[in-house]
Amino acid sequence: MTFTRRRMLVLAAGAAAIPILPLAPIPAFASAEEAAKLMADFAAGKEAVAGKLKLTAPEIAENGNTVPITVDVDSKMEGDDLVQSIVIFADGNPRPEVATFHFTALSGTAAATTRMRLAKTQNVIAMAKMSDGTVYMDKKEVKVTIGGCGG
Amino acid sequence: MGYTRRDFLQFTFNAGVAFGAAGYLSNATRALAQQKLTQDDLLRFESKGQVTLLHFTDVHAQLRPVFFRPPDTNIGVGDNAGIPPHLVGEEFLKAFGIERGSALAYAYTSLDYADLARSYGRLGGLDRTATLVKAIRAERGDDKVLFLDGGDTWQGSYTSLKTNGEDMVECMKLLKPDAMTGHWEFTFGQDRFTELVEQMGYPFLASNVFDSEWDEPAFDNAATFVKGGVKVAVIGQAMPYTPIANPRWMFPKWSFGIRADVLQKNVNEARAGGAEVVVLISHNGFDVDRKLAGMVKGIDVILTGHTHDAIPAAVQVGQTLILSSGSHGNYLGRVDLEVSGGRVTGHSSKLIPIFADIIAPDPEMAAKVEEVRAPHAAELSRVLGRTESMLYRRGNFNGTWDDLICQGIIKERDVQIALSPGFRWGATLLPGQEITLEDLYDETSMSYPAVYRNEMTGAQLKEVLEDVCDNLFNPDPFLQQGGDMVRVGGMTYTCTVNQTIGNRISNMALAATGEPIDPAKTYTVGGWASVNEGVEGPAIYDLMEGYISGLKTVSVQERQAVKVIM
Repeated sequence: MTFTRRRMLVLAAGAAAIPILPLAPIPAFASAEEAAKLMADFAAGKEAVAGKLKLTAPEIAENGNTVPITVDVDSKMEGDDLVQSIVIFADGNPRPEVATFHFTALSGTAAATTRMRLAKTQNVIAMAKMSDGTVYMDKKEVKVTIGGCGG
Repeated sequence: MGYTRRDFLQFTFNAGVAFGAAGYLSNATRALAQQKLTQDDLLRFESKGQVTLLHFTDVHAQLRPVFFRPPDTNIGVGDNAGIPPHLVGEEFLKAFGIERGSALAYAYTSLDYADLARSYGRLGGLDRTATLVKAIRAERGDDKVLFLDGGDTWQGSYTSLKTNGEDMVECMKLLKPDAMTGHWEFTFGQDRFTELVEQMGYPFLASNVFDSEWDEPAFDNAATFVKGGVKVAVIGQAMPYTPIANPRWMFPKWSFGIRADVLQKNVNEARAGGAEVVVLISHNGFDVDRKLAGMVKGIDVILTGHTHDAIPAAVQVGQTLILSSGSHGNYLGRVDLEVSGGRVTGHSSKLIPIFADIIAPDPEMAAKVEEVRAPHAAELSRVLGRTESMLYRRGNFNGTWDDLICQGIIKERDVQIALSPGFRWGATLLPGQEITLEDLYDETSMSYPAVYRNEMTGAQLKEVLEDVCDNLFNPDPFLQQGGDMVRVGGMTYTCTVNQTIGNRISNMALAATGEPIDPAKTYTVGGWASVNEGVEGPAIYDLMEGYISGLKTVSVQERQAVKVIM
């Protein structure tokens, strides 16, 4: 039996190998510095603090092609305690910006769920901007594995 | 002539050493080794309070008693270095005050294993477990006892494979578990899994399994019982990395994960609903549960499985007791709880090693086991060969069963390098035993058995080894998947345990020539149990049946394919 290179990679390395297959030109991976610059731009001079924003992500991705994440801000969603937007970055993906969610008082709550592709183990970062300019941040490392042998 | 207990133990040990090489101990010697241990001794327990929890886990479809050699290597990393369950051999004996050569030394360590196995006989057997469960229910009163199945119950034998888990479900029903969680159960595929859960007649609980499309709970997370007048909530936690360690395509409907936040919410709900005791029946693995116990508040007892650790009594972490009841049906775990004012005020706990020659089989279960095995009797007992070496699997890096499997793959698939997954299930054969078809399936029974043949570069091979090694030795237990290191044939390497992913594996070389493995060069590689869909190749049990039948006499030298550095 003969195997093509593609077949071999899929067999040997599992789902996580798929993103690195040479199917299409792959942009250079963003450096963590590029993500840091985008984060600084979003914070607009404020220091991002931990606390009200909670990012939920798996410790290990079941499928790097579609990793579910949830962001949730503990907010009254009125007056100064109003979330304007939440942005999500993946600091190891070719383009670190993953999603931006905008909210208004009519949103009622500031929560969102989406799925994202992660090409390798990396940090997922969520930042929330409040109406008073405060910026909250939460970060989770998500491991992308090539499939194991659990007993 | 009268023996003191100490004399007797000395004698047993020496006799084992003296006669071990010559073959089996005489029946008289074996009877002597066991004469002081009785069923009553094994059942003796400091009963306490109103609630008794019985824990049974990771039987891996072993209906009958087996030899199971405990690991000689079980390295803990980070906060878990050097503490249970990461103690083996002399360190284990010292930590738990067990005398070398004793019955308990045999039950818990690999020291003098073959000799002591001949003295003390096999452990386990579902008919023996049934005797103990019935005796404890009679002693305590049925209204005080919860019997909980931690999972990995349906997979791991010839009959479980041929009946798609039906044999185990039918036998377990007689034990009347109050609830169950699981892991390998899912590898029968989501349709068969659902069918068997409906058939078993008690709840399958999983707080951490969600519908992968809608992100809604896929199963009940908890069941509530009143035992001894106390309201007890039992929450289930399935193996969090089932879709990564096993083929996700077999159960695409479900998403897993540890989901500590979800668990906390479910514990809070149970408490709010009036539960005085909260029990987690878990397939997380010991180190994951130890970390979880420090994070999630309000769990009184975690009955933990998956990593196959047998620890003689519960370990306390903060306000939570963790009982780890081993595997292969070798032990029954018991925890008694005294509850007053809505909280646990006292406890006692222990594992009962199930010495099969000492505990009387329960006739009802014995008949059922016989019934499910009868249609397969001829195949089960078919002799493929004989082994001159002890064949075992458990250990962080290697076992002789996997050495034999790697040899078989190299020969039958004509490859340079073989990989065999680091499963922790699989029984042991003593030197001199025949290898039956049943024995082979005890090591290889699974629903994705194809043995692939690939080409891989040295760099890709390293990447695979690094990835699996990080699943075992990442200092964060939440990133461990609970298996052992993938076994290698045809190559050697060095593992630096306390390094980081990408930096643990070095000195990779071909075993035959010592030639270093070149990252850029291509090698032929064979292996089995790939988690990918559409893998082609013969089933591992068929391949090995041919290989062992051809050898007739198996002899596997203990070898050091892996050099371990801390």
